[in-house]
Amino acid sequence: MDIFVQQLINGLVLGSIYALVALGYTMVYGILELINFAHGEVTMIGAMVALAVIGALMGVAPDLPGIVIVLGGVLVAVPVCMLLGFGIERLAYRPLRNAPRLAPLITAIGLSIVLQNVAMLIWGRQYIAFPPLLPQGSHEVLGAHISTLQLFIVALSVLVMLGLWFVVQKTRLGRAMRATAQSREVAALMGVNVNSVIATTFVIGSALAALAGVMVSAYYGLAHYYMGFLLGLKAFSAAVLGGIGNIAGAMLGGLLLGVIEALGAGYIGDLTGGFLGSNYQDVFAFFILILVLVFRPSGLLGERVASRA
Amino acid sequence: MRIVDFLRARPRLALLLLAILLAVLPFLVGAGLGKSWVRVLDFALLYVMLALGLNIVVGYAGLLDLGYVAFYALGAYLYAWLASPHFGLHLPFWAVLPLGALLAGVFGVLLGAPTLRLRGDYLAIVTLGFGEIIRIFMNNLDAPINITNGPQGMNLIDPIAFGGFALSKTHKFFGIGVSNAHLYYYLFLAFVLALIFVAMRLQDSRIGRAWAAIREDEVAASAMGIDTRNVKLLAFAMGATFGGLAGGLFSAFQGFISPESFGLMESIMILCMIVLGGMGHIPGVILGAVLLTVLPEALRYVGDWQRALIGRVAVDPADLRMLLFGCALILMMLFRPEGLWPSRQRKRELHAADEVAEQESASVYDARG
Amino acid sequence: MRFTIVSALLVTLVAVAGCGQKSETAGDVVKIGSVAPLTGPQAHLGKDNENGARLAIEELNAKGLNLGGKPVKLELIGEDDQADPKTGTVVAQKLVDTGVAGVVGHLNSGTSIPASKLYADAGIPQVSPSATAIAYTAQGYKTAFRVMTNDEQQGKVLGQFAVKSMGAKKIAIIDDRTAYGQGLADEFEKAAKAAGGEIVAREFTNDRATDFTAILTSIKGKSPDVLFFGGMDPQGGPMAQQMKRLGLAAKLLGGDGIQNVNFLKLAGAEAEGAVASLPGLPLDQMPGGAAFKQKFEAKYGPIQVYAPYAYDAAYVLVDAMRRANSADPAKVVAELPKTDLQGVTGHIRFDKKGDITGGSVTLYQVKNGTWAVLETVKSAE
Repeated sequence: MDIFVQQLINGLVLGSIYALVALGYTMVYGILELINFAHGEVTMIGAMVALAVIGALMGVAPDLPGIVIVLGGVLVAVPVCMLLGFGIERLAYRPLRNAPRLAPLITAIGLSIVLQNVAMLIWGRQYIAFPPLLPQGSHEVLGAHISTLQLFIVALSVLVMLGLWFVVQKTRLGRAMRATAQSREVAALMGVNVNSVIATTFVIGSALAALAGVMVSAYYGLAHYYMGFLLGLKAFSAAVLGGIGNIAGAMLGGLLLGVIEALGAGYIGDLTGGFLGSNYQDVFAFFILILVLVFRPSGLLGERVASRA
Repeated sequence: MRIVDFLRARPRLALLLLAILLAVLPFLVGAGLGKSWVRVLDFALLYVMLALGLNIVVGYAGLLDLGYVAFYALGAYLYAWLASPHFGLHLPFWAVLPLGALLAGVFGVLLGAPTLRLRGDYLAIVTLGFGEIIRIFMNNLDAPINITNGPQGMNLIDPIAFGGFALSKTHKFFGIGVSNAHLYYYLFLAFVLALIFVAMRLQDSRIGRAWAAIREDEVAASAMGIDTRNVKLLAFAMGATFGGLAGGLFSAFQGFISPESFGLMESIMILCMIVLGGMGHIPGVILGAVLLTVLPEALRYVGDWQRALIGRVAVDPADLRMLLFGCALILMMLFRPEGLWPSRQRKRELHAADEVAEQESASVYDARG
Repeated sequence: MRFTIVSALLVTLVAVAGCGQKSETAGDVVKIGSVAPLTGPQAHLGKDNENGARLAIEELNAKGLNLGGKPVKLELIGEDDQADPKTGTVVAQKLVDTGVAGVVGHLNSGTSIPASKLYADAGIPQVSPSATAIAYTAQGYKTAFRVMTNDEQQGKVLGQFAVKSMGAKKIAIIDDRTAYGQGLADEFEKAAKAAGGEIVAREFTNDRATDFTAILTSIKGKSPDVLFFGGMDPQGGPMAQQMKRLGLAAKLLGGDGIQNVNFLKLAGAEAEGAVASLPGLPLDQMPGGAAFKQKFEAKYGPIQVYAPYAYDAAYVLVDAMRRANSADPAKVVAELPKTDLQGVTGHIRFDKKGDITGGSVTLYQVKNGTWAVLETVKSAE
């Protein structure tokens, strides 16, 4: 029993990380219907910038409490990534807004390659260790272990989701976003400044990416210029699972994907009588994803949208 | 551009010149740039086959497929199973290649069937998952029974051989040594020409028009009486067949395959080729495939360019190569969003607004005249 | 017709490159290739290999080298194979075209194997510093060598050590499903079973993963004494941390992939007590070893993993040239099997296949935040 609880906790924490990245992903998608392959890379840049600041702070003021140092890193990483997000939208996506649907996909891939290689030039090819600054204390729940940092990650992802939901549903900006997502032309006719709404969406999404990057790198204790790609991919899967463009869906999709992966890795051997092992963890996850989409073609919480060629 | 106009007026002459160029290309390239570039040409032709296949799915039928490399993998592994010491089978290539294409085609239908209701990005993620599933199976089926030899890959795969004439060796023709890279070039070229023919015929057929109809508006297409299910499945199957064939050729050419050759990045690159070249337009797709295979290799020489331009190597070429590649992708797309060489129809659709404006202003001038 | 401009530009660039390439061949320059992934997820390892070979070449140039009575200058040509087998063959052909006298590389087994065919066809010697798959030297090519023990040699030492010296009765195994990790783990499993150990769990991850909590939790349920990991430090480091977090008491054991400074950095305090092997003798105990380390780290920063092996591989090639008194690849290939060289990683001699023979494997344990030597085991022939 305690093993099952532990696997559930493992899955929830992993899922919260996916959700954190997926929330930014899904926001951008919701408004532009664009698979932003570069989102994972923004996450990576966030982690790298924060680490650089943390390293500098530890050199200048080693007596500061760990949390303050990490906060310092976050406070620099978030604006840097916001600026980056703004620049990405301006340079690579806005000129292609009326281009064929797959054109921005290619610039996104190009951007992702460029950002990786720029990061490699700046921060080197090595894996960078995240210093153990955050509280690592462990708590016992029903015979399973959960650390303070893990609890914090789960709480953070829920808070971010609620915050986003509030912005989108209850504010003027959110209304403009929803209007833009439905139809750019009509929104523009109604006096919405479509360009600035889309730019703002990118900036918010990138800020979330930075936050996610710092959390991922603090939790796993490392950062690397290649870390964003896989993370972005998992986040994309999570967002699709929940219904892409839907904020609650991204959260649900992330958590589900995490739990599915953890339970898959833990129990797939028992389920198949030892024929398949944890090496088929991703097969299991993708299989469930496909199964869900076969029965709900627009994801778990997604609305049926009109087709776009 | 005068030469282009001159040749456009004389299509037969143009075709003849093209044929001569293609025939002597490996020797020109081999003599001028080295044999490694003949090898690059070989890979470029393989990617042309893959791009032509994916073009059927994405370009013709408008189904976004991010797992296309799975079919390439299936073809490659089938060839390795039937023509290597792994199972001790050594069937001839003319038996194995069609089987590989068939197997890939069957899997194309298997992938297509559950995804018929999915659209756009939902389809993208499912196909992506399918590609990964196939790769993971290839990577792990070394136990309990060793089928794929897992991550170690399969080695000593038989080359393509006509009787005793194996393409893996250097042969002498009229006293000139012709290496394996050259021989495979001609084989691949023959396959590419055949596939171009098939792709062209498909595009102009009833099915091709059905694909176009689905791509433009699926609901309207089914209202017009098109059996969207079968037509979509056929697109997946046809595309997959091309991939399976290319996979078998890759296996024979390289003599060694391992799952790392069939990763997600490969699928993404093939997609980039067709979008960059001009979706749905065969010459564009070919251009895209050649360009994206040649460009990363050409960028290996940034060290030499630096030496030629500023007299020393200021930045390590290895640091710059992929960076420049990424920049090139972005710039090409920004300047030609419809692709480098789009079909005329597609270009017209995209620039419809400009054209109307042009016509209007033209008519104004007419009136004045 | 902008595409014509693009393609014209491309052709020009390639042509310029071709010319540049030609003009270099003048003078008595002997070229040696070095191939490793310099971009992508394994770039840090690739650059490390290249730097190791580069240091050797620079040292040899400084000392001066005479072949056939004439002084020659060595030049290292570093190429990026992106750890991709296909790119590996293109790069191999490029080096063959350039007329290299030998190749240090490739880093991965997956690229070394298909490339070895091209080198064999061209008769160019290839000494891999880090490809460990048994298949690499089992193809019957006379040009393929390696200065690193293969999976079987190292796996055997590790398996016996786990059971006999660490006293493990129940053993769990994780591998990263790469050619390296899976190959080593399979050989470890065989040896551990033969020595009387019981394998209670065999779990898997991949070489991009950072989260191992699920497999570690299910391993915990089987309470092993030793957890063997076949893989590299970017996974090994976080794995050590997550083991501690989950309260998994088993001792972590690994191969050369985690016996490095990076593992210590990434695992932090949780590295303490981990055991790992490294082929060859401890660097500090070798003649020239400490000097190599000092020189390398002053120039390129900390050694990742295989730089000393790449350094030795370059020396092995040049040593054979010196004995052949020529940089002619055919003569060098003929001399290579007679290699008897004291390198910084050990005494290098080759068997008939091109594998290192009579080599030894050293086991280390993390004590007070550094790798301390436990013992050196002679690997079976």
